Amino acid sequence: MRSPNKKPDAEHEAAARSRRAFLTLGAGAVAGYGGWAWLRSRPEDSSLEWPLRGMLGNNERVAEAFFSDGHLAPSFDLSRVDAKTRLNGDVGLQSTLDKDHWVLNVRTPDSADTRQITMAQIRALPRVEQITQLNCIEGWTVIVQWAGARLADFTAKYARQGGDARYVGMQTPDREYFVGLDIASALHPQTLLCYEMNGAELTTAHGAPLRLVIPVKYGVKNIKRIGTITYTNDRPEDYWAGDGYDWYAGL
Amino acid sequence: MVRLEEKHPLAIRWLHWISFPLLFLMIWSGLLIYWANGIYRVGLGQITLFRFFPSWFYDGLDIPQRLAEGMALHFFFMWLFVANGVVYVLYLAISGEWRKVLPERRSPRDAIQVTLYDLRLRKELPPQGLYNGAQRIAYTGVIVMAMGSVVTGLAIYKPVQLAWLAGLLGGYPMARWEHFWLMIGFLGFFAIHISQVIRAGWDNFRSMVAGYSLVRDKKEADEVPE
Repeated sequence: MRSPNKKPDAEHEAAARSRRAFLTLGAGAVAGYGGWAWLRSRPEDSSLEWPLRGMLGNNERVAEAFFSDGHLAPSFDLSRVDAKTRLNGDVGLQSTLDKDHWVLNVRTPDSADTRQITMAQIRALPRVEQITQLNCIEGWTVIVQWAGARLADFTAKYARQGGDARYVGMQTPDREYFVGLDIASALHPQTLLCYEMNGAELTTAHGAPLRLVIPVKYGVKNIKRIGTITYTNDRPEDYWAGDGYDWYAGL
Repeated sequence: MVRLEEKHPLAIRWLHWISFPLLFLMIWSGLLIYWANGIYRVGLGQITLFRFFPSWFYDGLDIPQRLAEGMALHFFFMWLFVANGVVYVLYLAISGEWRKVLPERRSPRDAIQVTLYDLRLRKELPPQGLYNGAQRIAYTGVIVMAMGSVVTGLAIYKPVQLAWLAGLLGGYPMARWEHFWLMIGFLGFFAIHISQVIRAGWDNFRSMVAGYSLVRDKKEADEVPE
């Protein structure tokens, strides 16, 4: 069969297929752009379009399924400790600190009371030393020698009911900085309530008198100058998660 | 006579075109993340030839101060990027298309000759199937690079849960460096790919959209007066 314009069949078929294919590609491009425009115009949940926030939640569930106390952050030799520990973040450290009168406030879901734990009680717990890498969410790392008590030991001794809660929230005394943690990460054997850094007492800038060291999380979760620890079944607020970051922030 | 010759199966075309915006989004969101600790450079000792990246680059692309957004996008589209890649590799393996893509023993030599031809230092191309030796090496290479990006990316994403993987790659900072240079590799591939597609012409480009190539049978064309 010959076409009216006398083009051979092959060219005819080619033109039809080509037209169809390019239209499909164009439609695909429009659909892709539409999907992107839709995604970026969704109402925000903690400074993030809700589908992005939802995906972080999915990723969190995947990470929790893989999480294990047996998965340890690498430890390093003393010689690998960085000479300078980069300082980042002083939110919650602006108010004056009375070291002598500092106490740690502890709340658990089973009681309305707030318990007060002293530094001496924390130092009475087994002292654990570890040399681990702190991973800043910005992408840099620093190797630090830490010493303190395991949060798991602390929980067993001073907040036994807290271990059954789903989450742990921590705040600075002035409540300016706060983090939320899943209980599994909080009770990980390398999670420390830390009072010594690189063989010396913790300095104010690095979080004296007591800070969290949690190598299974990004640096932002390693809260300095802890004032209150709350074991809770409600997901605690988190300073940086409110600003568009992942709440879980697990490594 | 002109006839249609099937060149690229539908699945390959779809996967190819879907990978393009996904790779673009991964690189762009990756740059939003990288900016927060933009430490890599090309140089020797104290001498820096090029810093990744100069401020005109960051400002021109509106990259600064978007780390949280970059991470959320990166960890959203990573699933689609990986899914597309897995389907692509499975399709190559099952359909037998891999025979046209994987380098052969003669591919390295062919690739040199193709390069010499492209540089106008050689008159003729070596005989080839769907892809010449240079293409086989480049297209397989880009698949291997994508796998490398996934592996190094996983090591950066979960350096504690996957500490063994990060260790294998030389530790977290090294894995991050590798992840970055793979990205630069993708940009290099992209630049060469685009220039070669432009050189190859319309029929070649259309074949990646519509699937066929128009082949003019010379002998018959000479015999039939139009």
